[in-house]
Amino acid sequence: MSTTSLTDRLGSLLMAPVHLLMRIIDIPLRAVQKATGIGGMAAVFLAPNMLIFGIFVLLPLVINFVYSMTGGTAFFLSERNFVGAEQYQRLFTCTNYLDPMSCQEDAFWTAVGNTFWFVVLQVTLMIGVSLITALILNRDLAARSFWRAVFFFPVLLSPVVVGLIWKWILQRQGLLNFGLYQFGIEPYTWLTDRNWTFIATIGVSIWAHMGLYTLILLAGLQAIPKDLYEAAEMDGTKPARVFRRITLPLLAPNLLVVVVLALIKAVQIFDEVYVLTGGGPGTSTLYLTQYIYETGFASALRNPGLAAAASILMGLVLVVLTLIQLGIGQRGEKKGKR
Amino acid sequence: MGVASRFILRRRGGKSWHWTDVVTWVWLLGGLIIMFGPAVWLAFSSFKTPAALAEFPPSILPYVTSQATVQGYDKPLQLFEAKMPDGSTKVLAEVRRIGLVAQMVDPKAPGEIVRVNIGDRTPVRSVSFATENYTTPFTQFDFLRYLWNSVFVTVTATLITLIVNSMAAFALSKYEFRGRSLAMLIILATLMVPLSVIMVPLYSIISSLGLFNNLWGVILPTVATPTGVFILRQYMLTIPDELIDAARMDKASEWQIYWRIVLPLTAPALAVLAIFSVVWRWNDFLWPLIVLSRRELYTLQVGLSIYSGELNVQWHFILAMTVVTMIPVVLVFIFLQRFITTGIAGTGLK
Amino acid sequence: MKTKSLLAGAALALLVSTAAHAGDVRIMWYSDGVEGDVMKDLVGRFMKENPGINVILDNVAYSVIKDQLPVQLEAGNGPDIARVTAIKDLSRHWLDLRPLVKDAKYWDDNFGAQADWMRPDGSKQISGFMTQITLTGGYANKTLFDQAGVPLPGPKATWEEWAAASKKVKDSQKLPFAMAIDRSGHRLTAPLLSYGANYVGKDGKPAPLDKGAKDFLTKFVGWVGEGSFAKDVWVSAAGSTYRAAAEDFINGQLAFYYSGSWQVANLTTKIGNSFDWVATGSPCGPAACTGMPGGAALVAVKYAKNPKDVATVMDWFAQEKVVKEFSERTLFLPGHKGVVDKGGLDFKTDNAFAKAALTKYVEASKTTSDTALKLPGWRWSDTVYAAIVTRVGQTLAGELKLDDAFTRIDADIAQKVKDSGL
Repeated sequence: MSTTSLTDRLGSLLMAPVHLLMRIIDIPLRAVQKATGIGGMAAVFLAPNMLIFGIFVLLPLVINFVYSMTGGTAFFLSERNFVGAEQYQRLFTCTNYLDPMSCQEDAFWTAVGNTFWFVVLQVTLMIGVSLITALILNRDLAARSFWRAVFFFPVLLSPVVVGLIWKWILQRQGLLNFGLYQFGIEPYTWLTDRNWTFIATIGVSIWAHMGLYTLILLAGLQAIPKDLYEAAEMDGTKPARVFRRITLPLLAPNLLVVVVLALIKAVQIFDEVYVLTGGGPGTSTLYLTQYIYETGFASALRNPGLAAAASILMGLVLVVLTLIQLGIGQRGEKKGKR
Repeated sequence: MGVASRFILRRRGGKSWHWTDVVTWVWLLGGLIIMFGPAVWLAFSSFKTPAALAEFPPSILPYVTSQATVQGYDKPLQLFEAKMPDGSTKVLAEVRRIGLVAQMVDPKAPGEIVRVNIGDRTPVRSVSFATENYTTPFTQFDFLRYLWNSVFVTVTATLITLIVNSMAAFALSKYEFRGRSLAMLIILATLMVPLSVIMVPLYSIISSLGLFNNLWGVILPTVATPTGVFILRQYMLTIPDELIDAARMDKASEWQIYWRIVLPLTAPALAVLAIFSVVWRWNDFLWPLIVLSRRELYTLQVGLSIYSGELNVQWHFILAMTVVTMIPVVLVFIFLQRFITTGIAGTGLK
Repeated sequence: MKTKSLLAGAALALLVSTAAHAGDVRIMWYSDGVEGDVMKDLVGRFMKENPGINVILDNVAYSVIKDQLPVQLEAGNGPDIARVTAIKDLSRHWLDLRPLVKDAKYWDDNFGAQADWMRPDGSKQISGFMTQITLTGGYANKTLFDQAGVPLPGPKATWEEWAAASKKVKDSQKLPFAMAIDRSGHRLTAPLLSYGANYVGKDGKPAPLDKGAKDFLTKFVGWVGEGSFAKDVWVSAAGSTYRAAAEDFINGQLAFYYSGSWQVANLTTKIGNSFDWVATGSPCGPAACTGMPGGAALVAVKYAKNPKDVATVMDWFAQEKVVKEFSERTLFLPGHKGVVDKGGLDFKTDNAFAKAALTKYVEASKTTSDTALKLPGWRWSDTVYAAIVTRVGQTLAGELKLDDAFTRIDADIAQKVKDSGL
C-alpha cells in the first residue's frame, strides 16, 4: 500500500487545525495534571463520557425505577401518584407462571417467553451462519472483497428498511409467493402463520446483522498463522482435529466478542420486527422491547408505570446475563495469559 | 467440522473440484441472491407506479400497460394481446369489460367490436420507470434541509462519540484507579439496555432540558455508547504499556499521550466505530421521530415517514426516498471499507 | 473542557431554535393522500392575504399525531394548530376559540353538530372544525359479482346476506377470501352497533360487552374461521395497531370490503379501470343499518403563543368557500353544514365510480344510528376500540378462546378506567 496517497495528504492538511486545538487543550490539562497527578487524569478522561452517559442513560434508568412505583396515565412524574409495588404485583399476578394466558398481564409474559426463545435460537443460528460464511470467505477466493461486501451490505440498511423489504417479500402477494407460484405451488400466507412468522423474524434479523459478525470472525481467521496449519498437515492431523485444536481456540476471543454483540442485538430486537410483523399474528412475535415501548409510549392503553416496571425487570435480567458473560470472558483471558 | 477445516487447509493450485468447492460456490451464489436480491428488487420497485406496486403477481421490473389512442374513443385505450377463436393472437384495444367478457377493438380497424373472454387476453406491457416517485418528493419535500439535518446529526454525533468514547476507553484501559472496575461494570451492564426501554424517562429529561425540537436532543442521548467504549477499550488493551511509560519518561503530558500515541494506534478500531456510528445515526428513526416535530428540523428518516398517513401509506414515495437515503451510507462504506477488516481484527484479538 | 464547549454549543443551538417569531403559527398536519398538497396551496394563499402571519405547515406521520402529540401536549409543548383524530381524548388541551373568532355564530351554525366531539364534556367551547367527516361503509367488486352470476344484495341487505353472497362469489371465482374489514375497532364497531351493541353504560363509563356485541363478534370469528372473512390483516399485527385491507380489494381478491369514505380517492387511483366497484353503504343487523361516523379535526392548541393569530388562521380555513374547495379537491366529505345543505359539491374527479360512491355515502349518512353519532364524542371510545381489536386479533390468531376474549376485553377496559383515576 502506498504510504502517501492523496487522501492521506489531504487528511494531514485537514488535521492541522485539529492538532493546534489539541495543543491548546493541552495547556490547561497540564495544569490539572500537576494538581492531581497522573492517576487523577483518569477521572478527567472519563468525565465527559460519564457525564453524558449519566444524564442520558443512567439517570433515565433511575427515573424509570421511580416511574415503576407510580400509577395513572399521566406522562410526567409530577402528576403521577405513588402506588408502591402495585405495578410489579400486577406483572406477577399469575395463576400458573408457565402459562402466560393465566396472568393478568398476559402480553408481558408472552413477550418474555418469545424473547427468550428468539434470543436462544437467533444467536445460535447467527453464530453458525457467520462462522460458515467466514470460513468460506477465508478460502482462496477471487474477488474476496466483493464477496465480503455482499454479506456485509445489509448491515448498512436501516432496520425500518429491512423490515419493509422482507414484508414485501413474505406477504401473501409478495415476491416469495410469486416465485413459488412459478413452480405451481399455491401461495401461502407466511405472515399469518405463527411458526413461520417466528422463523421469519429470526431469519430476517440474521440477514440484517450477520455481515458484521462474519467480518469479525473472518478477521480472526486471517490472524491465525498459516504455518500452524502447515505443520498440522505435515503431521497428518485430521481436518476435524485441526479445526478443534487450532482454529477454534485461536478464534475464541473473536467468538466471545461476536457472542456478546449478537446477544445484545438479539435482546434489543424491535424495529425490524415491528415493521415486519407488528408482533403478530396474535402475539407470537411480540418481543419485550416492543411490549415496553407500546405500553409506555404508543398504545391506546398507555401505562408508563407498568412499562417502567417491566423494563426494570428486563434490565435486571440483562445485567445478570452480561455479568455472567464477562465472567466467562475474564476466565478465558486469565487462562490465555498463563 | 471437517468441511470447515478443509476450507482453511485448501491451498492454491486447484486439483479437480473437491466437494467443498461446490459447497463454497453454492453458499456464495446463494448468498449473493439472498443478500443482494431483496435490495435490487427494492431499487426496481421504487420506480413503480402505485398501482403496479399493489399488483399481484408482482414483477421484478417496473412495467406499465401500453395504451393506444383509437379513433372514435376519447380516452386512450389499454392494449391487450388477445387469443382469437382461430388460435391466432392479435393486439387489441379494450373498450370496456363486462363481467367475464371484454369488448375489444382492433386499433387499426376500430369499427368492429370483438368479444373476448378475459381469460384469453394478457395486457401488453412495457418497462417504464416512474421517475416522478423521485421528482415529486424532491419538490414538495424539503430534501436539502432534511439532508443537512441528517448530515449534521450524523457527523456531530460520530465525532463526539469518537472523542468521548476513546477518552473513556483510554482511562479504563491504561490507568489503575479506584472505581475503575465499578465504572467498567456500569458501562458494560448497560450495554444491553435498549433506548426504547428508557424512552419515557429520557423523553422527560430531554423535555426538561429544553432539548425537545432541537437536533441536540437527538445527538446527545446517543453519543455515550457503551458499545463504543467496549470496542475501543478492548483494542487499547493491546497497546503495550511500555510505549506509554517511555513517553512519560520524555515528560509527555497525559493528554499528549492520549492524543499523540494512543489515538493513532487505535485508528483501525476508531474507523470501525466511525462506520457503525455513521450507520446507526443516519438510520435512527424512532427517537428523532419523537424529539423532532418541526419541519425545519426533520432528518431524512423522519422526513420520509410523513408519507405514512392514518389510513394510507404512499409506498411509492417511501421506496424512492429510501433508495436516496441509502446512497450516502453506501458511499461511506466504500470509502472506509479498507479499515473495516483490519479494525475489526484488532478488536477481537486481545 | 470538551463538555464545556459542548454545553455551550447546546445552549447556543437551544437559543437559536426556540426563538419563535411573533406571528408564527405552526400547523401539525398528517396526510393520507393529496390533502397535504392541497393544504400547502391553501396556506400559501392565506399568507398572501395575511402578510403579518407566517404559517408553517409541519407534515408528520400519523403515528406522530397518535403517539407523540399527546405526550407533547401534556408537557405543554406542541404545535399551535393540529389535525387530530383523538379529538375528545385530548380535548382538555384545545384552545377555546369562542372569544377569539370573528363570528362565533357562524361556527355554531356550521360546525355545531360536531362541536361536542372536540370539547370537554359540558363546555361550550369552540375548539376547531372537522376537516373531513368520514363514514364507514362497504365496497363491492361488481365485476366479480357479475362474473359469478350473483346479484348484488340490495340496500337493506344484512351482514348475513352479504356474507352468503360474497361466499358464493368467492367459491365461483376462486378468490382467497370473500370479505375483509380493516383491523380497526372503529370499523368493527359499525356492525356491532347494527347488532344492537351499546358500549356506553348508565354512568357514562364503559359497560361490559352486551349481547349485541357478543353476537356479532361470535359471527365474525366464525366467518373468519370458515374463510369468508380475510384473516390476514387481523393477525398481521399485535396490539391495537391499525391495518387496512384495501390492497386485497384493489387487486380484485375480495368480493366485499368494509372500510370507509376516505378510501374513495385511494380506490379511484389504484383500481383505475381494472374492475367495476360500488360503494354499498353499511349492511344491516337486527337493530340498525348503521355506519360509524368519524373524521379528523383541525383544532387549536391551548399552549399557542399567539392565540389571536391562531384564531385568524382558523377563521380563514373555516370559511365556506375554503372548506368547499378543500373537500372538492381531496374528495373528502365536508363537515360544514352550509356546504352540505347547499349541495353542489363538484368533486374533482372524472371517475364515475368515485362520484357514485361519494353520493352513496352522503345518502348512507342518513341511516347512521344515534348511538353511532354519540361515540365519536365519548371519552372512552378509543379505549374500547383498542381492547376489542387487541383481543379479537388474538382470538383470530388462535391464542384465545372467544369467551376468554370477552372476559379479557371487559377486564382491559375496566383496568384502563381504573388507571385513569376517574
